[in-house]
Amino acid sequence: MSMKDEVVSRPAGQERETGSMMGGMGEQEQERGERPKRVGDRVFRYLTTTSGLVIVVAIVLIGFFLLIKAVPSLLADSTNFLTDWRFDTTGGKLAFGIRDMLVVTVLSSLLALVLAMPISLGIALFLTQYAPRSLARGFGYLVDLLAAVPSVVFGLWGVLVLGPAIEPVQRALNAGLGWFPLFSDGNVSLAGGGNIFTAGVVLAVMLLPIITSVTREVFRQTPVNQIEGALALGATKWEMVRTTVLPFGKSGFIAASMLGLGRALGETIAVLMILHTATSPSGFSFFDGGSTFASKIASAASEFSEPLPTGAFIAAGLVLFLLTFVVNAIARSIAKPKKEKA
Amino acid sequence: MKLKRQSAVLAVVAASAVMLAACGSDNNSGVAGAQAAGKSANVACGGKNTLKASGSTAQANAMSRFTQAFGATCSDQDINYNGNGSGAGVKEFTGKQTDFAGSDSALSAEKGEIEKAKQRCGAPAWNLPMVFGPIAITYKLDGVDDLALDGKTLAGIFSGKITKWNAPEIAKLNAGKKLPDQKITVIFRSDESGTTDNFQKYLKTAGGWDKGTGKSFNGGVGEGAKGNDGTSQALKNAKGGITYNEWSFAQAQKLNVAKIVNSGGGQPVELNAASAAKAVEAAKFKDEGSKDLELNLDSIYGTKTAGAYPLMLATYEIACSKYPDADTGKAVKAFLSVAAQGGQEGLDQNGYVKLPKQFSDKLLASINAIQ
Repeated sequence: MSMKDEVVSRPAGQERETGSMMGGMGEQEQERGERPKRVGDRVFRYLTTTSGLVIVVAIVLIGFFLLIKAVPSLLADSTNFLTDWRFDTTGGKLAFGIRDMLVVTVLSSLLALVLAMPISLGIALFLTQYAPRSLARGFGYLVDLLAAVPSVVFGLWGVLVLGPAIEPVQRALNAGLGWFPLFSDGNVSLAGGGNIFTAGVVLAVMLLPIITSVTREVFRQTPVNQIEGALALGATKWEMVRTTVLPFGKSGFIAASMLGLGRALGETIAVLMILHTATSPSGFSFFDGGSTFASKIASAASEFSEPLPTGAFIAAGLVLFLLTFVVNAIARSIAKPKKEKA
Repeated sequence: MKLKRQSAVLAVVAASAVMLAACGSDNNSGVAGAQAAGKSANVACGGKNTLKASGSTAQANAMSRFTQAFGATCSDQDINYNGNGSGAGVKEFTGKQTDFAGSDSALSAEKGEIEKAKQRCGAPAWNLPMVFGPIAITYKLDGVDDLALDGKTLAGIFSGKITKWNAPEIAKLNAGKKLPDQKITVIFRSDESGTTDNFQKYLKTAGGWDKGTGKSFNGGVGEGAKGNDGTSQALKNAKGGITYNEWSFAQAQKLNVAKIVNSGGGQPVELNAASAAKAVEAAKFKDEGSKDLELNLDSIYGTKTAGAYPLMLATYEIACSKYPDADTGKAVKAFLSVAAQGGQEGLDQNGYVKLPKQFSDKLLASINAIQ
C-alpha cells in the first residue's frame, strides 16, 4: 500500500520543486494553519483518517484471524513446521511443514519478476519516450487489457499451450545447464511442463500489465524541463532517458515491481492448474513441481471441515502473509536510498 | 439513435430467449421419459416446496438430472443441491442447515457423525447409496490399446514397485501384446478427492496396498495434477503415463481405458454400463436386512463375479429415517423416490451407473420407510 503512495506522492513533490505549483501549495498550507476549525475541513480530515484506518484494521483483523486459527494446529503438528516438506493433514495425525511451499513460491515469483521487470521497463519506455502518440494510446490499452484477463484463463493457457510448447526449451536447458542447481533435474517429469519454470513464465505475463502501467505513469511525469535540458546539452535520446527518465522513475519502477511481486506470491488458480505436485522434496530447481502457499490452500479448500487440518492450511496462509510483509520491507529499503540520491 | 440501439438489444434478447426456450424444450423431452418412469412407481409428491441439500461434488451431475426429474414429476417442488464437498455436506446436514447430505462415504462412528446425525433427526440417519461412479484406469502407451491390469499390478505401479511397461507382472496379464521398454509415469490427483480415496481403498482390497487410504494420494511416486481435467491433460502429455479418472472424463477426453481383471481372476473386464451395473448388483451391505444401506465396499472392490467391473466410487444420500418435521420428510421421500426411479434414465451418459432393478428395489424399500 505505502509503495503506491510513494509513487503517487513523488511526482507532486517534484513539481513543487520545479516551481509550477508553488503559489497554490503555499496558499493551502496557510489556510490549514489559520482556520483549523472549519467544519468542512474537519469532516474531510475525519473521512480521510477513517479511510486510512480501515486498511490498518483490515490487515490487523486478517492477521488475527490467521493467527487464531493456525495456533492450535501448529501446536498439534508432529513435525518441524519450517523444515519439513511433507504436508499431511489426513488420517488423524498432523504432520505438515512449509519448506517446499516456500521454495516453490519464492522461486516461481522471482523467476516471474526477473522475466517481467526488463520487459515492462522496455514497454514503459517505448510507450512514453519512443512510440508515436497515436500508437502509444492504443498500445497502452492493450497492455491494460492484459490485466483484465482472468487468471484462470492464464492457467488454461499455461496447461494447454505454453507448457507443452516450452517443453523442448526446458529439456535443452536441463541438458545443457543441468550442472547448475536451478536447472538440475526436478522432482517431476518434464513432460507437459508442469513445473516452476512454466508457472514462472505464466506469472511473468500476468505481471507485465501491472508493472508496466504503473511505471508508464511515473515515466510520463518526468519534468519536461529536465528532458529538454538534457537534449539541449546535446544528449542523444538514449542518454536523455538514462540521465533523466530512469533516475526519476527508478523508485516508482521498483515499487511497481513489488506490487507485481505481491500478485505473483499470492496467485492461486493459474499456479494450481499448471504445477504438478511431487512425491519427493524440492531440490531448488526450476524443473521441480510442488505447490505454492496459495495453490496448496486452494487444492484442499473444498474439503475443509475439521478445524485442525484446516488450521494447518491457514498456518501456511499465515506464512505467506508474513512473507509478503518481509518482501515489501526489503523492497522499501532498496527503493529508499535511491530516492534520496535522486 | 439511442432508440434504435435499444431495439437492437431487445431483438437480441428476444432471439436468445427463443433459443433458450428451444433448448429448454429439448431438455424437457429428455425428462418426459423420466416423468413417465417416475409416475409408474407412484411417487407421493408433496411436503416442503424447496428442499436444501449439499455435499459430494462427485454426484453433482447426477443430482442435476435428479433435480430435473423431480421438477417434472412433482410440478411445484424443487431442490437446491450445493456441491461443496462431502465433509461440508455432512456437517451442514447434522447442523440442520440442509435436509439431507450427499457424501462419498457413509457416516463415520469414529468422527461421531452417527451420533450427531441421530441428535439432529431424533432418530437414526440412513446411508442410501444412490450414485455410483466408476473410476477408469487411463493410460497413454503408443501401440497398446487394450491393456489389462489387475489389483496387484495396479498397486505395484502406483506405489513405484513396478516401473517399466514391460515388467513381467504386466506382461503376464497381456500375453501376446507388444509392451514397450518404457518408464511408467504415474499421475495422481494433487487435490483432495473422493476418487483418490476410493481408488486407494480398491487397491487395498484387491491389491494388498499398504500405503494407507484417504483423500490424498499416498503412493509416494509420480506427480500430481489438479482435478480430473488436470490429470487427463497431464496424461495426454506424458508418454508412458497412467492415472485414474472419473469415467465421464475418460469418455469425454477419449482416453485409453484399461480393462481390469477382478479378484475372481478370469477374463479382463472392460468398463461399460453393463459391467459396472453387474458389480453394483453383486454389492453387499454392511448390515444385511437393515434399512440403513451402508455398503460393504469390499464386496465391490473385491468382487469375484465374472464380468463385474470392481473399481468405482459409491456415493450416498444421507437422510433421517424420521424427520422431526413431517413436511420435510415427505418431500425428501418424494425426491429420493424420483431419483431412484425416473432419475436413473440416461445416468450412464454422465459417467454414472444406472442402478440395476434389484438394487433400486432395495433402495426404494428404505426410501419408502422414511417418515
